[in-house]
Amino acid sequence: MADNNQSEKKSSPEKKKGMSRRDFMKNTGLVAGSAIGGSLLGGLIVSQRDTDSKTAKPSDKKEPAFQEARMFFTRAEDFKVLEMATERIYPEDDNGPGAIGLGVPYFIDKQLAGAWGINARDYRKGPFKPVSSKEGGKETEVENLPPNPKGAQGQGKTSEKSVEREQTSLIRRDIFLEGLRKMNQVSRDQYKDTFDKLTEEQQIEILQMFEKGEVEMKGVTAANFFVLLRKVTLEGAYADPLYGGNKNMEGWRMKEFPGAYPAYAGYIEKDEFFKLDPISLTNSQH
Amino acid sequence: MAKKLKKVDVVIVGSGWAGGILAAELAKKGHKVVGLERGEEQKVEDFVNGKDELRYSQRYELMQDLTKETITSRGGLDQEALPIRTNEDALLGKDKGGAGVHWNGVNFRFLPYDFEIYSQTVEKYGKDKIPKDMSIQNWGITYDELEPYYDRYEKTAGISGEENPLGPARSDAYPNPPTVNTPAIRLFKEAATNLGYHPYQIPSANVTEAYENPDGEKINACVYCAYCETYGCHFGAKSDPIVTVLPTAQKTGNYELRTHSYVYKVSYDGKKATGLLYVDTVTGVEYEQPAEVVILAGFTFTNTRLLLLSKIGKVYNPETGEGVIGKNFTGHFGNINYLGARGFFNEKKFNNFMGAGALGATIDDFSGNNLDHTDLEFLHGFEVQIQTTGYRPIAYNFVPEGTPPWGKEFKDKSLYYTNRNLYVNALTGTMPWKQNYMDLDPTYTDFLGNPLLRITNSYKDQDLKLIRYATDICKNIMEKMGADIVEEDKVPDDVEFNNSYTTGHFAGGAIMGEDPQTSAVNSYQQMWDAENLFVVGASAFPHFSNYNPTETLGAFAYRTAEGIDTYLTKGGGLLVEGKKEKSKA
Repeated sequence: MADNNQSEKKSSPEKKKGMSRRDFMKNTGLVAGSAIGGSLLGGLIVSQRDTDSKTAKPSDKKEPAFQEARMFFTRAEDFKVLEMATERIYPEDDNGPGAIGLGVPYFIDKQLAGAWGINARDYRKGPFKPVSSKEGGKETEVENLPPNPKGAQGQGKTSEKSVEREQTSLIRRDIFLEGLRKMNQVSRDQYKDTFDKLTEEQQIEILQMFEKGEVEMKGVTAANFFVLLRKVTLEGAYADPLYGGNKNMEGWRMKEFPGAYPAYAGYIEKDEFFKLDPISLTNSQH
Repeated sequence: MAKKLKKVDVVIVGSGWAGGILAAELAKKGHKVVGLERGEEQKVEDFVNGKDELRYSQRYELMQDLTKETITSRGGLDQEALPIRTNEDALLGKDKGGAGVHWNGVNFRFLPYDFEIYSQTVEKYGKDKIPKDMSIQNWGITYDELEPYYDRYEKTAGISGEENPLGPARSDAYPNPPTVNTPAIRLFKEAATNLGYHPYQIPSANVTEAYENPDGEKINACVYCAYCETYGCHFGAKSDPIVTVLPTAQKTGNYELRTHSYVYKVSYDGKKATGLLYVDTVTGVEYEQPAEVVILAGFTFTNTRLLLLSKIGKVYNPETGEGVIGKNFTGHFGNINYLGARGFFNEKKFNNFMGAGALGATIDDFSGNNLDHTDLEFLHGFEVQIQTTGYRPIAYNFVPEGTPPWGKEFKDKSLYYTNRNLYVNALTGTMPWKQNYMDLDPTYTDFLGNPLLRITNSYKDQDLKLIRYATDICKNIMEKMGADIVEEDKVPDDVEFNNSYTTGHFAGGAIMGEDPQTSAVNSYQQMWDAENLFVVGASAFPHFSNYNPTETLGAFAYRTAEGIDTYLTKGGGLLVEGKKEKSKA
């Protein structure tokens, strides 16, 4: 994220209020790279926002979804690729909303910002032995993703080769940034435009190239990036809404999944199918 | 230098089912017991808001913290082992209660055949039936000798079940009635019966009625909420060590459980174990806990690794087949043992979101030696079951073959079929082989700098023939159940070990037997090479039956507790003398 300031100018919503975060830092002498404690910088920005809210006129508009702001992605252009890629993986249709409508891109942003994004629970000692499609002159076999995890457990296992996939030295944040930027690069090379501006067919075609490992990436194969992207897209569609996806539990409604129901004793023996209105952890904790 | 603590009667590594049973039984007898658990304290209340698939099933909240320690894995002696870096490939339990907290609760007894597999095979088919390098052996105990301890375990855990029409003799019925019959289970039973098989309800630790066990611990009745596997039970209705044996141990006043206590070595004077060395992972302080009796009751991997790190017993050599520590690694593997047939129903809908970890039905018509192996090119067998643990939306997106794995068609079909598919699967037995073993990794280390455990495992023709036979049966049953599309899991000729440890069923490394030349422990799980060191758990299984391991592990723990009490009160000695195995190939 060394070059986050470049995109900040274009994308920061704060700019519309007359002063972008970058401008603010410039004016106060807090340019990126100067040695300044995070807490102080954070404190200053908070006070800036406080001032804004005090001077802002009361609005009759609906309260904004405060959680729908980027926690991890600094560049809007990366996030736009993520939005359209997840929408192609889980599109809006007659059943209901797609990934964007369910908040999946923000879900993924939050996941990458947290422990999962930095592989906080993983074994991270070297030596790392990443598989790469062509690196070092070694052609590695590219696995195809089976639609169904085999076996009884359904533990979301999607691959026979996942232990090899895990050997990259990159953390998940790095993999996503590299993968999404690569998608834009491929889009520009092939269709002279960014991924989000392409037609649905073109977007699908590019995703398929990644799925099949036909694109070269560094430290990880494109196929492995795609496995991760697909997995976290489904997670965003169906995880409890507390994580920022599965907006209004619409993912669960489409799947006829009732969520955090406390008990099914008395129902489970019956022949009829029960279509129950879902319950979230928000419901059960308040 | 480790700080030396006051000597106690018994020190135990681990607080799962094995460590919990030993703690309860020995503390009840008045012995002073210290338990060392590397994880945290936890209790039922921690799971009250636990119906969270992302947190528990996808982010593995209850699984081992791999930043500290993992295993490495490879498919053969000529390969380089890679570390398991994420929990996606290793569902290993942690915290108080161990894997006993996040389990599904399936409870089977092993067969009489399992304990005498070598002699029964030779007797029935002759020595030549056993392929070269298949290292099966007798366990040094019979089913009849173990039976009272099976009964004991079932009563402690409140197992809910019904008579298995083909099962081995029982001294008593299950303490609780079987789980409920659901439409999916009824369909399975009907189909199995029509095919001439003998279905019965899976014996379950999801307890069916409010129950008080012989130690006075109360277990609630299961409400079939479908959050067992990878979850703790918020309702106290899934029998586990934190609602049964651990409180029993604590009530005596003789058991102290120390959490955040990571054991890294057994101190050993060449004849006896003198205690355990551990580090408090909160303070970083190292301790030595001396004890009269030392018990390793961690997972298979922990037990084996501690013996190797402590240089106790003769290290196994996969080239010669000599030595014992690390020998006979076996397990149930996701791509060769745990497969079956999925059926898609175009019109029929099931409440797949309801369930319980062990809710289902099974048949024993093909288990172990219920199958005649005369014309078969494999030994042992499989059970077939429908196990309705409950479909959760992230992990369960089954679609008929030919459907793309993402996009419009995938979304539409995965939504349509979520409650319109069922799975019937087999679980096959795994035989041990000379080349499948555990040792210390030459490259990768844990957070203390000690080598990780390395697993070397490969599949054999036996495994392939057995699973194909088994999935064919699953397919027949699924067809009989009336599915419109039946898809049998296909195992390719060149199937390879997938280095995946998600089933949680792994055994060996410190196996039991009659002969100290070919086993690490006797049938009391007492080390031949250190009479006051007991290595308890599936680490002692010489092979893996087709059944889930917990009940057998629990029964052996009860028997071992009795042996240790005898050892402590009668002044030591081997509880069973070793003998040169007459029957060994």
